[in-house]
Amino acid sequence: MKSKLNQILKHLILLFMVILALLPFMNMITTSLIPNAYVLPSEPQIIPKQFYFGNYVAVWEGEDFGRYFLNSVFVTCITTVLTLIIASMSAYGFARLNFPGKNIIFNIYIYSLMIPAILALVSQFTVLQRLNLVNTYAGLIVLYVSGGVAGNTFFLKGFFETIPRALEESVIMDGGSRWTVYRHIILPLSRPALATMAIGTFSGTWMEVFTALTIIKTQSKRTLPIAIKLLQNGKATQWGIIFAASIIVLIPIMTIFILFNKQFINPGGSQGAIKG
Amino acid sequence: MEQYTTVSYKNKKIRKIKDKRKHKEALQAWMFIGVGFILFAVFMAYPLLKNIEMAFMDYSVNPNKPSTFIGLNNFKKAFLSSGVLGESDKFYLALRNTLLCALVTVPFQWFIGMMLAVAIESLSKGKMFYRFLLYIPVISDWLVVAILFKYIFQDTSGALVNSILLNLHIIKEPVMWLQNEWTANIVIWSLCIWKGIGWVMIMYTTALQDLPKDIYEAAEVDGATKKQSFWKITIPLLQSRTYFIITSLIIGAFNVLLQVMLITNGGPMGRTDVLLNYMYNKAFSSFDFGYAAALSVIMGIILIVISVFQKKITNNAKIEF
Repeated sequence: MKSKLNQILKHLILLFMVILALLPFMNMITTSLIPNAYVLPSEPQIIPKQFYFGNYVAVWEGEDFGRYFLNSVFVTCITTVLTLIIASMSAYGFARLNFPGKNIIFNIYIYSLMIPAILALVSQFTVLQRLNLVNTYAGLIVLYVSGGVAGNTFFLKGFFETIPRALEESVIMDGGSRWTVYRHIILPLSRPALATMAIGTFSGTWMEVFTALTIIKTQSKRTLPIAIKLLQNGKATQWGIIFAASIIVLIPIMTIFILFNKQFINPGGSQGAIKG
Repeated sequence: MEQYTTVSYKNKKIRKIKDKRKHKEALQAWMFIGVGFILFAVFMAYPLLKNIEMAFMDYSVNPNKPSTFIGLNNFKKAFLSSGVLGESDKFYLALRNTLLCALVTVPFQWFIGMMLAVAIESLSKGKMFYRFLLYIPVISDWLVVAILFKYIFQDTSGALVNSILLNLHIIKEPVMWLQNEWTANIVIWSLCIWKGIGWVMIMYTTALQDLPKDIYEAAEVDGATKKQSFWKITIPLLQSRTYFIITSLIIGAFNVLLQVMLITNGGPMGRTDVLLNYMYNKAFSSFDFGYAAALSVIMGIILIVISVFQKKITNNAKIEF
């Protein structure tokens, strides 16, 4: 009896925490469904009483939002694919092959992880300037991919090391190359880790603001986060519009989260948990 | 004698083959790590090193106007007071707010997150349900939730937070959250705490599930109560994970930027500014790249000191099981 009471009490506290966590989102969704929310309503709206989709239509049609969306999809997908290829190759090199300087390079990678990436932004900008890559997707993507090398190599190396060596030794005995091992043994066996990494890279890139804001100057090349940040810069904030835009932007991330939530919140996926 | 030479000859040959194999392996290794290393070196390591150089210069963005070496002037500008409107006052404010943010948000995130993980783990039903919902703030983007917090903390009585507090009779009039130094800081801190709890919870959940079950059974046989085994077994075993979480949270607090930029942008009068936002504005609004680089070097040093310190503690506290 006592333990049952205990369980109920825990459920009550946890439900209260869930409400605290989700109430702001409810408020956001409802606000996005109210026409012309320049001014705040006199009572906060939590449960939608009306379903007005005008804000969503206005966002999608106005201000080239569709174009920004495609830009973001493009930049994010290329970054994710390149990161997957480069980081998995690099992690294989560190996990299985010996070469002079290996430990030094790997330690430098680890130390670089402690420094906020944004500290490098000022001089990254000057480097891109010299390479004539300012205001190009190539410049933006190259910064995203480079920024992920150290962390993802570190993450995947740990996973690759748990794969038994016996498998690949037989391939080498049969005259297979390192490339065959990497391509046909390591990659297929590490799908869960690669998926975790891809999800992390995707969501990190999808909403990245500062690098994009610094590198991209032309309006038509903007990505979604810039568009949202600029939407709320105006004097009279149109909350309905901003939140409609925010929800459109959150949809891909939420979909990924719902489909792959086990990668995020299941045991064993600890290294994959993303610290946002 | 003859035998000796053949042996050494053989050794030489073996060594040659070994060297060749080593050489080949190194070459192959570079084919795998090369691209990543070059990208890292050119676009991460070099910029970070260049930052250090820029910190000692009056750096000019204009390629026609040369940058000049000015020694420690950028650092003096940050640390030494220079009149009423000097930069050092702003720097100290930003430094104070960054440290305060770590001091306030880290304990709350850590404690609530840990308690949630333990409570959910002890449930008989609904574990995944709570983990899923409590993780939603973590995966939502900073950009969106920062705007969202600005919205729910608006100063009208119809804004979410004011309305709840009014209805509960905690306040009599709507609070102008974003107009005052401390209330605005509270908004920023509560955002950090609200978004960080779920991450701490998941980190502890995975650690809890890795704990060896037999210790608990043994403790139970020996007559330990649940409370006792929590304080005497669980907490000590989680120690190395705890250090990792707390360090990550501290580093996270130093990473606070979007929150401040979108909610207050340092206002009122720079009273809520933090280091990264201050640095970003110095670089990309005032184009004072040299000074911004000096600020980034100061921050980098603080973070490396914290990390090294953490590594020392963790190495001493490692418990194997």
